[in-house]
Amino acid sequence: MVLVTRKAEFSASHFCRVRSLNDPENYRLFGEEANPNGHGHNYIVEVTVEGDPDPITGMVIDLKHLKEVLERHVIEPLDHRFLNYEVPPFDRVVPSTANVALEIWRRIEPEVSTPSTRLARIRLFETSELYIDVDREGLDA
Amino acid sequence: MTSLTRRYRFSASHRLHSAELSEAENARVYGKCNNPFGHGHDYVLEVTVGGPVHPLTGLIVSVHALDDFIERHVLRLFANRNLNLDVAQFAALVPTTENIALVIADLIQRHWHDRFGSVPAGLRRVHIQETDRNGFEILLGVSGNRAPISTETESVTVHG
Repeated sequence: MVLVTRKAEFSASHFCRVRSLNDPENYRLFGEEANPNGHGHNYIVEVTVEGDPDPITGMVIDLKHLKEVLERHVIEPLDHRFLNYEVPPFDRVVPSTANVALEIWRRIEPEVSTPSTRLARIRLFETSELYIDVDREGLDA
Repeated sequence: MTSLTRRYRFSASHRLHSAELSEAENARVYGKCNNPFGHGHDYVLEVTVGGPVHPLTGLIVSVHALDDFIERHVLRLFANRNLNLDVAQFAALVPTTENIALVIADLIQRHWHDRFGSVPAGLRRVHIQETDRNGFEILLGVSGNRAPISTETESVTVHG
């Protein structure tokens, strides 16, 4: 088993608020991320695929393919967007770092799953000081 | 599992010196770190909290609350301190980064339940970078979060 990781970046704006909570409650939960006018981040996503190297090509996954998958399913729909207004399901789901990481998992997983490979981990940095990890166990939680 | 990792920074000084060892042995074991006047580092602390993502808030733990908690129970004790002289835990414990990591994990676990007892999330990892070249990591078990470190710690890995 070998783990292969590809990194990509996108910039997007968001705010974190729960509609059923009042203003002080939202600020208590999310801090300044609750500002309803929004703010932005330079997100960095690391996608890790696991599998055994193909006996002929020596590759777990073609990194050109992984790059294209990331471009089509993550960068193109999320980059330079206001997540709450432009990227479902974040019109109704809080675009917290964890929820954005889980959404990236859902978008990427079917694209990299083959009889010999599967998605092992999504690591999403919201800033250099904060990241979320999702691994296979997390989906059952 | 889903986990959240938050990075904090603090600067502190220390001297590595064991009362159990002779002067010559201390000098041999700790080298320059045994300098009697001490020296300091800009430590980078990573705290990893694991748990499910709350369906309404999208949070494993509130980062806002975690920052406040770490400030109150860790950074306030360590930042800009002489660890040997100012931090009670190191009065009789050599402040190696291994021990700093264990003390910080213990402080977090000791106070966790009072602040985050209602959240199904717990401490999973403490990682300290002493310099760019030295990292120290403690991985903690998934079950419970109040047990003493001696039984809760699954492994301590040190990699340079």
